[in-house]
Amino acid sequence: MDTQQLMDFVRGPGLQFAAAVFVLGMVYRMLHLILLGRKKNLAEPRGGEWGPGLRTIWHRSIQSVGLTPRGHFIIIVGYVFHFGFLITLLFLSQHIDLLRTLLRFGWPALPPGLITIAAILTIGAMIALLVHRFTDPVKRLISDYQDYLTWTLTFLPLLTGIMLKQGIGLGYQQMLIVHITTVELLLIAIPFTKLAHMLTTFSARWYNGAIAGYKGVKV
Amino acid sequence: MSPPSNNLKDIPIYTQAEEAYSVGNIRALLAEIAARLEKLDENGETGMIDLNSLPFSPGEYEQLRQILGQGEVSARIEAIGPSEIIETHYPGVWWVTHYNVEGDIVADMIEIARLPEIIKSQPEDVHAGLERLKAQLNE
Amino acid sequence: MMDHETLGERLAQQGVSRRAFLKFCTAMASLMALPPGTATAIAEALIKARRPSVIWLSFQECTGCTESLTRSYSPTLESLIFDMISLDYHHTLQAASGTAAEAARETAMKENYGKYLVVVDGSIPIGNPGYGAHGGVSFVDHLQQTVKGAAAIIAVGTCAAFGGIPNAKPNPTGAVSVSDLIKDKPIINISGCPPIPAVITGVLAHYLTFGELPELDELGRPKSFYGQTIHDRCYRRPFYDQGKFAKSFDDEGARNGWCMFELGCKGPTTHNACATTKWNGGTSFPIESGHGCLGCSEPHFWDAGSFYTPLSAPTVNIATIAAGAAVAGAGIAVALGVADRAKKRRAQQAHEKMTVKDL
Repeated sequence: MDTQQLMDFVRGPGLQFAAAVFVLGMVYRMLHLILLGRKKNLAEPRGGEWGPGLRTIWHRSIQSVGLTPRGHFIIIVGYVFHFGFLITLLFLSQHIDLLRTLLRFGWPALPPGLITIAAILTIGAMIALLVHRFTDPVKRLISDYQDYLTWTLTFLPLLTGIMLKQGIGLGYQQMLIVHITTVELLLIAIPFTKLAHMLTTFSARWYNGAIAGYKGVKV
Repeated sequence: MSPPSNNLKDIPIYTQAEEAYSVGNIRALLAEIAARLEKLDENGETGMIDLNSLPFSPGEYEQLRQILGQGEVSARIEAIGPSEIIETHYPGVWWVTHYNVEGDIVADMIEIARLPEIIKSQPEDVHAGLERLKAQLNE
Repeated sequence: MMDHETLGERLAQQGVSRRAFLKFCTAMASLMALPPGTATAIAEALIKARRPSVIWLSFQECTGCTESLTRSYSPTLESLIFDMISLDYHHTLQAASGTAAEAARETAMKENYGKYLVVVDGSIPIGNPGYGAHGGVSFVDHLQQTVKGAAAIIAVGTCAAFGGIPNAKPNPTGAVSVSDLIKDKPIINISGCPPIPAVITGVLAHYLTFGELPELDELGRPKSFYGQTIHDRCYRRPFYDQGKFAKSFDDEGARNGWCMFELGCKGPTTHNACATTKWNGGTSFPIESGHGCLGCSEPHFWDAGSFYTPLSAPTVNIATIAAGAAVAGAGIAVALGVADRAKKRRAQQAHEKMTVKDL
């Protein structure tokens, strides 16, 4: 298969397959989760479920009172990673071109220099988190292959993306093929790994808030 | 719609030398010209710089023209299209531009020499011309 | 009969002065990115050379490549290349036709066996020999017969180099490139639709000067012309780097000369010399004229998605597949959800109440 045919594959059937697996996997996972239902709680409800549930989603995102230094580190670096990743993904002109073909609408892009900074910060945050995972005794004990696999699958698109943009490494065409391939691998892995937390985080937090609210806890 | 007599070549093109656009190529080029001119000065060694292969941002080419300027000599050759040769403000630094019959530039260079090669009569042409002159005399 | 005088003798006959020839060699040196001082050496080498025999085979082509090379009627520096070679066979340019033309070709092959050059433009159909034939001889046979004694083959144009437009889906004639058929001769691919004429001339000049093919990339193209992408040398690159893109043709961005990545320009993945050597004697090239690069010097460029889809966007419909996948995912979830509920119900019904006696 020559380079041109590889390009056609990753921009064509490869992307179709990855998108299909991603969408099917996430829809299945979320819907099945909901349909599984919960065990009937025979106690008298002392508060609502929905309000506390939704408030918990918000509170868990910002609360940091009483955290240890380690906790602060995780929260801050974690936010740098998540925001940086989203900015790089959603506000680079070339990515918006891609999303426009899927969503039928686009939005203004940020200057490419800013995106480079965001991407570098994101990569830095990822490396910091990996080092933490290695060096912290608790984390090292409880980390398994899936943690390192998902880290790698998330890291590769960022790394190959920066290399493509700055012209480092292979030529543009080959780097583009590599970058798109790493993205497709990530998409395929998301529904089957803890990366599904991009949706399950919200249902999990809601559920925690709902339980507490049902028991009458002021959330 | 433009009038039928309007030729593409009649539409004027203006390029101006702009300080703001300079990416520093001119300084490097002038330094190289100076180095070669020094060699010519010391031991008569000639040199050529092909301008076609050098990157110029818009305006830098005109800047180079302005800086090198025009000296005392200009020559024109007609050999399968015109060629224009000028000596710049700096004696020994010549600007040689070759055009084809349609007026496109096919070669553009700075030549550092006492006289560019292309102006000199070629030995083979001299010989051929001699034969023709002898034939003329024998008539 | 083939005339085998030297180039010097031929030029003298035509009244081309040595000075004019030196000018030509200066232009060739500049074109081949050789040091300008080598023009004299090139002239000396070429003058003494016997003009090599060149057989030009045209197959499934549009004649654009020949047009590209023979643009004007008056003698030009580019057409001097035809004085440097002995073009012994060319369908469009030769005077003879029919059996006389074929006889000329066979004589040239016999007299110059092992030393003649074969130039090919157009792709070769192998689906059915009848799709292309000269006087009853199929293109395939014609090619294989003619290259037997060739020193090298020059595949001019994307059709000869990679299959080109006849090779595009669904490829009804089974068109293939020269390198798909010929495996035992050195082949140089000068791709492009058409190739820049100066590139054709430059490669021929290189071969004539140095007696060997220039350095080639992994697709058999000369590195001196195809070593960089259009994107690498595009004058609009600063706009790409600053994120200034034209959103549609003739919008404000387009009028300001901004980058056309979003309009589908394939410059980043296309190797050619258009951005530096340009077309029509250095006048312009597609991007400078306001249209994105089509990628015409790359294989399968006709099948690489729309010319107007950006490189970062997919070439196929993703939305429908994604919608279908969502429905499928929902279906599986519902099915499994129903099965799970049934299991739960059965478990509840089978549940035996514990009594104090069990404890």
